[in-house]
Amino acid sequence: MLRFLPHVVLAIGAAIMLLPFYWMALTSIRSPAEIFDISLWPIPETFSGGQNYAQAANTVPMARFMLNGVIVCSGILIVQVLTAVPAAYALAKLQFPGRRLLMALVIAALCVPMQALALPLFVGLAKANLLNTYFAQMAPFFLSVFAIFLFRQSFRSYPDEIIEAARMDGFTEMEICWRLVLRGSLPSLAAFSVFSVVAHWNDLYWPLIVVSDMAIAPPPLGMLFFSDVETGANYGALMAGAAMITAPMIVCFLLARRSFIAGITMTGVK
Amino acid sequence: MSRQSIELSGISKSFGPTQVLKEIDLSVREGEFLSLVGMSGCGKSTLLRIIAGLELPDDGVVEIGGENVTSRDPADRNLAMVFQSYALYPHMTVRQNIATPLRMRMLPLAARLPLLGRLLAPRETLSQIDAAVEQAADTLQITHLLDRKPAQLSGGQRQRVALARALVRQPAAFLMDEPLSNLDAKLRAHMRDELAALHRRLGATFIYVTHDQVEAMTMSDRIALMIEGRIEQLGTPDDLYRTPATLSVARFIGSPTINLLPAEVTADRQVTVAGMETGLHAEEGPATLGIRAEDFHLASTGMPARLLRAETHGADRFLTCQLMAGDGSVVVLRQSASDRPSADADGKLHLRFAADRVHLFGADGRRRPVYVGGKVAA
Repeated sequence: MLRFLPHVVLAIGAAIMLLPFYWMALTSIRSPAEIFDISLWPIPETFSGGQNYAQAANTVPMARFMLNGVIVCSGILIVQVLTAVPAAYALAKLQFPGRRLLMALVIAALCVPMQALALPLFVGLAKANLLNTYFAQMAPFFLSVFAIFLFRQSFRSYPDEIIEAARMDGFTEMEICWRLVLRGSLPSLAAFSVFSVVAHWNDLYWPLIVVSDMAIAPPPLGMLFFSDVETGANYGALMAGAAMITAPMIVCFLLARRSFIAGITMTGVK
Repeated sequence: MSRQSIELSGISKSFGPTQVLKEIDLSVREGEFLSLVGMSGCGKSTLLRIIAGLELPDDGVVEIGGENVTSRDPADRNLAMVFQSYALYPHMTVRQNIATPLRMRMLPLAARLPLLGRLLAPRETLSQIDAAVEQAADTLQITHLLDRKPAQLSGGQRQRVALARALVRQPAAFLMDEPLSNLDAKLRAHMRDELAALHRRLGATFIYVTHDQVEAMTMSDRIALMIEGRIEQLGTPDDLYRTPATLSVARFIGSPTINLLPAEVTADRQVTVAGMETGLHAEEGPATLGIRAEDFHLASTGMPARLLRAETHGADRFLTCQLMAGDGSVVVLRQSASDRPSADADGKLHLRFAADRVHLFGADGRRRPVYVGGKVAA
């Protein structure tokens, strides 16, 4: 019996983690009358799912929010990878003066919270007349020290002899970095992509500061507009909206799950 | 094709406070198979990496085919290196692995890009590369493996792929960094023969790093034995075996290890071991006498010893004996397995040695002339 104990404990933990999701899905198909019912029974007395989802999709431009989210998240991810991969390669595999200092700075930068930088960034963007743009939503996240750290940990395990063989074969350092070393760390790339996309897709804090135009709002901010517009007691529609914007993230995680787990266990970052 | 001489002069290299190479001078002739042998940490791999251009010397000049290449990039030296771990590109097939050195050299950067590159690469060059790959694969008999990934190959097969990848570029010289040490004993012996045969067939310059003196002895034209960042002795395998210049060389080369006996040369120039005269003459002073296992033989008189152990290895038998006189040194004697170990009931026997084949080393470890009667023995 003792054999199953860890599984029981983990299952209870998983149930607690999943409960809010379940509650969200449940509420999104309940009628307003049942919203505050504490029953967890999955079948509502009156099924209002269609109505709730239709309202969430029609009252605000949900598709637009999603598209904005895709633009912002992919923009951030692409620039993060383009900058972090060469930096991580240099820190992991090249010998140059100041390497240890730079690595220390990367680790130090991991400790600086976004909120500490919000004010100067906001002032800077405002002076440059860039508020209410995609750029303003993306720019603060272009350089990710977390990505540099994660990739560096993963790149370190790439065999030096292959890099040396590549140098003798005539690869340039950039080719070694992108075509060999990153190629050997695809799980880390997948793991980082999930981290990054989930974090920025769900981010409300920064868009709330720099965006007031509904046309470029990402999904969480859109939801906020939606609840402002609709307020009242229609939590069913609100949860329908939340379920809609969460769905892509769940799909994204499920697709990359295997690599994601390999990526974080391989590099010792958790 | 692959025949260039390599000339090293005054190569020094330090890592932090440790000096790993001390003014190395070495010239490797065209088409020669030269081994760099030594214990781990003697600097042999560093020296090879300096020749390859993967490491820059603090001092000194590297010349390939008479051209100074000291500060040239590894790719521009036209050398091929075979690594201990084979260093195959894990995501490429064997075919792509072998083609890589040629693609890198014959195609411009844009044509090497994935996807897009396929459109930009000139057809003719690609078919030249294909032909060269097929030929290299044929030479090493790996044609049937061309479409596999390195992970699907055994150690010996990976070794061949690594050799094919080296071969295909027709380099000025082949550099090999302990290429056989990840193979099991049987395969290693087999690949040793193949490497030697490959060298004969190509007539190329090979520089081969190993810590295994047997590998070096069996394959090389010449051996450079390195100790603590210096070349202790450079010569043919025979030279190193028969006339080791120093005590360290004598100890390193040969299996079983040479027997070393503390000796004394008296004022009348008699060499004595354990207080017994040997009939050898040399310069006065403390010395060490080196005698190979096969240069000892059993006799009815001679140095009395006690048999500790007899091991038969197929055709040979090794007798481990302890001398009964002096400090009781343990020596190993080799005899044919068909001879009987003629020890009496309590394990006592008498040893004699071939006086003209002994090696005498002075207190400084250097070889000293030794005379039998009036003639120089060795």
